[in-house]
Amino acid sequence: MTHHVDDPVLTVEHLNMRFGGLLAVDDLSFDVGRSDITALIGPNGAGKTTVFNCITGFYKPTEGRITALHEGGAKFLLERMDDFKIPKVAKVARTFQNIRLFGGMTVLENLMVGQHNPLMLASNYTFGGIFGLSGYKKAEKVAVELAKYWMEQTGLTARADDAAGDLPYGEQRKLEIARAMCTKPKLLCLDEPAAGLNPRESDELNKLLLFIRKERDTGVLLIEHDMNVVMGISDHIIVLDYGKKIADGTPEEIRNDASVIAAYLGVADDEVEEVEHEIEEGASS
Amino acid sequence: MTDTANSGPQPGRHLDIPKVTKDLIVTALIATAIFGSTIAFRTVSAAGGLRLEVRYDVAFYVIAAVVVGRLLLWLFFWSKPAGTSAVEMPTSIKSGVAKISAKVGKGFAPTMLIFALVFPFLPFTDRYLLDLSILILTYVMLGWGLNIVVGLAGLLDLGYVAFYAIGAYSYALLAQYFGFSFWMCLPLAGILAAFWGIILGFPVLRLRGDYLAIVTLAFGEIIRIVLLNWYQFTGGPDGLSGIPRPSFFGLEFTRREGGFADFFGLDYSSIHRIVFMYFLILALALLTNFVTNRLRRLPIGRAWEALREDEIACRSLGLNTTSVKLTAFAIGGMFAGFAGSFFATRQGFISPESFTFIESALILAIVVLGGMGSQVGVVIASIAMIGGFEIFREAEQFRMLIFGLAMVVIMIWRPRGLISTRIPSIFLKEKKAVSADMVAQGEGH
Repeated sequence: MTHHVDDPVLTVEHLNMRFGGLLAVDDLSFDVGRSDITALIGPNGAGKTTVFNCITGFYKPTEGRITALHEGGAKFLLERMDDFKIPKVAKVARTFQNIRLFGGMTVLENLMVGQHNPLMLASNYTFGGIFGLSGYKKAEKVAVELAKYWMEQTGLTARADDAAGDLPYGEQRKLEIARAMCTKPKLLCLDEPAAGLNPRESDELNKLLLFIRKERDTGVLLIEHDMNVVMGISDHIIVLDYGKKIADGTPEEIRNDASVIAAYLGVADDEVEEVEHEIEEGASS
Repeated sequence: MTDTANSGPQPGRHLDIPKVTKDLIVTALIATAIFGSTIAFRTVSAAGGLRLEVRYDVAFYVIAAVVVGRLLLWLFFWSKPAGTSAVEMPTSIKSGVAKISAKVGKGFAPTMLIFALVFPFLPFTDRYLLDLSILILTYVMLGWGLNIVVGLAGLLDLGYVAFYAIGAYSYALLAQYFGFSFWMCLPLAGILAAFWGIILGFPVLRLRGDYLAIVTLAFGEIIRIVLLNWYQFTGGPDGLSGIPRPSFFGLEFTRREGGFADFFGLDYSSIHRIVFMYFLILALALLTNFVTNRLRRLPIGRAWEALREDEIACRSLGLNTTSVKLTAFAIGGMFAGFAGSFFATRQGFISPESFTFIESALILAIVVLGGMGSQVGVVIASIAMIGGFEIFREAEQFRMLIFGLAMVVIMIWRPRGLISTRIPSIFLKEKKAVSADMVAQGEGH
């Protein structure tokens, strides 16, 4: 079954990723809606991060097609692009499961590095900037304003001049999202953004993601184990198990999907009906 | 009551006799191994050849001194009660130095600059000191250049001297074959060195850590060996001589009419050219510093530092790390090229001898000792290394020993270099230095 998406920002078609004898992703197809929050869930080792790495160019898929679509109708075939061009041209940004900040640089500097490409252009590839041309100064001001905007949204303004490595864990997570947003993406891919957050921080994250979707018109694709986040804010959920898609639908559909429950609870295929029955009973009583 | 409380050994301050005895025996053995061979036996030239002189007594006194010294350390420093720091002295010195350096830090760079500007006119400045400071400034410039590659971009380059050689030979060969002047060759040498920086950059793009270090080391050796063996073109081991001297806006530093001294109505003195050379290298070094500081505040400089911190994160933000690395190698190489052509014009003679690996190691040591990425640190380290080398010239064969010992001590005392904090390139409200613990060291450390 495939959930119907009217206006996809990303389509994945027949994606296969093979590592030697292991088929990590097996004929996976799904769409990500332009203004949706889409969650990719599944038990450990289901191939979620592999899918992410294929989308963001860190792996080249063995087979399949990954297309990013912009509003104007521009199409980008991500599986053929260099990894650094995916955020730069196709506007698909990502964060990492194990946070990757520039720890020795300040919060503001991290956000400025996120805007490297427009700033580089404004500095005429350094030649204008080194002679202090006014064009670059203006561009830098605009970049600082954008950085300030995201610091406000993530509550990091007070820590603007502190080293990123000095921030507590939850703030580092937020900074990584803010930094990715500074690349002005059309699609933001988050790899376990709520991992290691306490309930309050995880609520703040929910709010931030909803804000990004609503105000910034950015699609969000996230891998998450925290069901509070997944069920609370997702519009669309895709469930993977052993590299295969086992379910694809709205949170309500997924919550009641027998194969998902089986995959999470580890039930043999022939017992699925039994489990399904039990759930129905439980719901009616 | 108070008397009894104060009398007798303090609680907890006791010696673990077996442990100390063991330690002293080990100390004695190590001292015997070292001094037994170096001090107890000595060759003396006597009639008919060498004679072995045995000096067991001297060796014994030295070993005894080491053991007694160690015992004293045990008695007075290492027997403190548990809970107090075993190395109280160094930490107190450390915090003191931190306080002083924070106070001195602000005014240090301008003071140094003013001193450097008036230095040639000070009464005690003689030819020797001028030559030494020209040498120090050359290393300051090389250190600042290498700092871009190692300190900012975090790419360990063990073959930096290759670019220095390329700059020197570019000038010497262009002058020899085409008769180009110094001022024409200076930019050309920089461009050529930058170009070679890109050539080196390509093969090492995919390499990390130790592998990167080995390839850059090989690059340095390849350049030197090509210079050594391409006899028809570079003169091989004979080197190139008669390299033209730079002119001061067209005025030569000669005794003849129309020379510098004649034009300004001064008595001719050979020191004029030395002073000119001093200001030339000072200007080149300051140019390097100015450009580097400027680049740090531009997107390219931030990209270098981001590359040092995390390459994968860079790529996830749309930074083309290939061009980031190549620009670091090119710009670092360019400044070495400038320094190289200055070296050629100062010496008037160059040969591959001047561009051995030890030079690369010395420049890298300056950068590491100064604190990677720190501009002021490089100046202090250059003065300490090159100046220190001169001070201990008297000590002859012990010079390297003293030098090595000093390096070890400094690296234990300040493992991240003399100036180990990082100054942010941009700030919103307050410029806070970032402590070294946060800053990544990049590839190959």
